Amino acid sequence: MRCRVCRGSAAIEVKRHNAAFCGQHFIDHVRRQVGRTIHDHAMFGPDERLAVGVSGGKDSLALWDILHHLGYRAEGIYLDLGIGAYSQDSLSRVEAFAEERDLILHSVSLLQHYGFSIPDAAKATRRTPCSACGLSKRYVLNEEATRRGFDVLVMGHNLDDEAATLFSNVLNWNMEYLGRQRPVLPASDGLAKKVKPLIRVAERETAAYAVLAGIDYEVEECPLVGGNTVNRLKEWMAMLEHDSPGVTQHFLGGFFGRASHAFAVDIPDLHPCSKCERPTTGERCAFCRLQERAVT
Amino acid sequence: MKVIRRHPRREIHIEGPMTVRALLEHLDIVPETVLVIRDSDLLTRDQRLEADDTVELRPVISGG
Repeated sequence: MRCRVCRGSAAIEVKRHNAAFCGQHFIDHVRRQVGRTIHDHAMFGPDERLAVGVSGGKDSLALWDILHHLGYRAEGIYLDLGIGAYSQDSLSRVEAFAEERDLILHSVSLLQHYGFSIPDAAKATRRTPCSACGLSKRYVLNEEATRRGFDVLVMGHNLDDEAATLFSNVLNWNMEYLGRQRPVLPASDGLAKKVKPLIRVAERETAAYAVLAGIDYEVEECPLVGGNTVNRLKEWMAMLEHDSPGVTQHFLGGFFGRASHAFAVDIPDLHPCSKCERPTTGERCAFCRLQERAVT
Repeated sequence: MKVIRRHPRREIHIEGPMTVRALLEHLDIVPETVLVIRDSDLLTRDQRLEADDTVELRPVISGG
């Protein structure tokens, strides 16, 4: 197989684009795709200060690397979830990544700052760890981005992440979530502007980018991820993609381009949480309620 | 050849040579779910694996 650009030996095939690329031209291709997404969705400008939510995995580190190479001012925010050696190892990789590129990293420990870890929360609530993890990441990353005065919070959700989330929301006809699934969520009082520049890059492509760009990411899976339904949906969608290259991008791109407006919902009346003062629809926000149950 | 799999990490031995495509079919792995890596290089499905190669099949689906 030959590179579409230079005809050298290909490192990766992108079947939905009917193309293959050598290492350097694939890196160029991915950076171009991300740059185009940022431009097309008016995600942010060259002078804005960006906070990237980083986990140590392939997607967030690839995104941070791409933003750095595109010339944006992007700092990383890492949330230590307190998942034993896995969290320690992930933090080490994020720290090494930032140091090698001379980038600024902010690290927050869920246990030290909020008094509980994800295993504590899962035990206390008897729900899946992924549910407590997602809620904690959304809350703490927003808290850090707004408190530190960043213009935009940038997240590493890739094409397959977003398509699987859309698939799940359609399977359950979750109208509220469908209405909120957008590449750009504007800022509002107490909530940072949130954007997803990897929505045109498939999960296999972010992994390939990370390998080809020499990024030492966390390859091991979170030890608490067993039974994660989004991952199961992604496996099913990978089979569909194998049979019909491009179907995932068509599904997600079609939703954003032609269908999402039909699910648009009015922003509910938000008021300050009685404990943390972050915006919420109830008396206390979901994170503070989780914290109350998890802190022993 | 030696094949390194993950989640959990383990090694298996497969009789070679064969192409990447044949290896993935033999192991019933959907190509979109892994990267195939030999000596830090990514391999495309048409590439040939030798009997004495060590190959990593690195899953790409993660998170949630």
